[in-house]
Amino acid sequence: MGSIRQFFRNPSAVAGLAILVAITLACLCSSWIVPYSPYDQNLQEKLLQPSVLHFMGTDEFGRDVFVRILVGAKYSLTSGFVSVLLSLAGGLLIGIPAGYVGGALDKGLMVVCDIMLAFPGILMAMALAMVIGPGIYTPMITVGISSIPVFARLIRAQFLTLREAPFVEAMRAAGAGDLRIALKHILPNALGPILVQSTLRMGVAIVTAATLSFLGLGAQPPAPEWGTMLNSARTYFMTSAYLAMFPGLAITVSVIAINLVGDALRDHLDPKLRER
Amino acid sequence: MYILKKLALTILVLIGAATCSFLLLRMLPGDPAEALAGPQAALEDVETVRKSLDLDKPAARQYLTYMTSMARGDLGYSYRSHRLVVDEIKARWPATLKLSLASMLVAIFCGVPLGIHAAQKRGRLADTVSMVVSFVGVSMPSFWLGMILIVCFSVKFQLLPFSGDDELLNYVLPSLTLGLGVAANIARMTRASMLETLGQDYVRTARGKGLSEFRVVKLHALRNAAVPIVTIIGLQLGALLGGQVVTETLFVWPGLGRMIVDSLNARDYMVVQGGILVLAATFAILNLLTDLLCKALDPRIRL
Repeated sequence: MGSIRQFFRNPSAVAGLAILVAITLACLCSSWIVPYSPYDQNLQEKLLQPSVLHFMGTDEFGRDVFVRILVGAKYSLTSGFVSVLLSLAGGLLIGIPAGYVGGALDKGLMVVCDIMLAFPGILMAMALAMVIGPGIYTPMITVGISSIPVFARLIRAQFLTLREAPFVEAMRAAGAGDLRIALKHILPNALGPILVQSTLRMGVAIVTAATLSFLGLGAQPPAPEWGTMLNSARTYFMTSAYLAMFPGLAITVSVIAINLVGDALRDHLDPKLRER
Repeated sequence: MYILKKLALTILVLIGAATCSFLLLRMLPGDPAEALAGPQAALEDVETVRKSLDLDKPAARQYLTYMTSMARGDLGYSYRSHRLVVDEIKARWPATLKLSLASMLVAIFCGVPLGIHAAQKRGRLADTVSMVVSFVGVSMPSFWLGMILIVCFSVKFQLLPFSGDDELLNYVLPSLTLGLGVAANIARMTRASMLETLGQDYVRTARGKGLSEFRVVKLHALRNAAVPIVTIIGLQLGALLGGQVVTETLFVWPGLGRMIVDSLNARDYMVVQGGILVLAATFAILNLLTDLLCKALDPRIRL
């Protein structure tokens, strides 16, 4: 692993992080930036085109779109973060035993992963969302669960290679127990690719979560979730096309920022994985 | 031998997928019979459903019935249309298949040339521009791309229709929506893979013996760069099938994806289950074909 300072010399890393920090700050300080409430309806001002007063126009209930987008960042960013944490936890639970122990356990666990991977991501998430029911936590949970096999496979592959490494043999000769070797010695060496994958999956998670909300399975109106806003915007295609622009732009910019950081991390931590 | 092994795994995956959908159906909140019969169902209807699904029998017995009927191709019946789920799927399947093919063509014919071109012009403006474009394409939700396309081409300029599926023009916007994101992924992979092969010795030899740039790139390098490209195309097919769900909803496309979403909203769970199962099966089979194609392209690959 290279130094942190070197990482920050990478312009795409800096750009991505700067955008993410800006989005987070704007979300936290939205009430000071825009003098409107994201929830209060004002039907006299509904469907106003973007103007000086309403930077991104107003929606069908007269709510300022800009403040709703700022506030909505919390849904997308947290669902990206939480779902990746969830799939990482699941991936570690499956991947470490599979890769470290190997044998029949490995085969069995990998078949389970193959079965989960047989569902295209969004379908898996939709099927789970059907069980949980719509809500703001649904995208986090469903996207988190449906990405577990991706992490499990990556972590397994790391452990499979590293368990043959000389330093593991040395630890074993020194009398270290399996759990200690796996968690204190192999895991830190596998962190690079795991971190890279986590970052890149966060972008995927944000898009999938927004897609679920767009389909009506995630956050429900009046929550200013970006996917939910896009879903409502479909009714006003003909007259108020701007409603369909800004939430999507917000998703795209956030995902670009995350991918910039992810790509930089990959170049930095894991040259072998470059351009994969 | 390998094919048999892989086929066995595919079948195992399908059994697993069917088991998952069985469990999902049982995990639905409330009484499954009530959930399946729908909110407005009369008491007798609920009982009929309970009987027809053997829900009054023990769970292991239910599972066995479910799996055997599924093996016979019986996916139950829709509670809305009272038609067999298999028939519903058969009616929707061609539209989904056609749209998938159209989008895949868009993805391949945009992605691969873009990637090759970028690799050839490495470090120059054309490379930077195509990589920035594909970076944005990778990061953009496909349904939003679809909305932009609708607003630009259907609403503002009224050049292209955004619903219906009977004319060729109807395919343009949905297949662009689905295909361009995939194209961006393919372009990135193609560029990386081409960069690697273009640096190889045999490419220098080919150039050295005076072959035209076209022959060098298209015949010598591309052939060797093909395996990762085919792999990513195969993987992206899954994304395509998933993306189908939201694209079909957006463009009111009469395919499997919209069937799943509509049935989900109407709580017609048997149809949802059948649709998801068919899409998963398609994906598994496509994965198998991708593996075989990779082997055909590179005999060194031991499967």
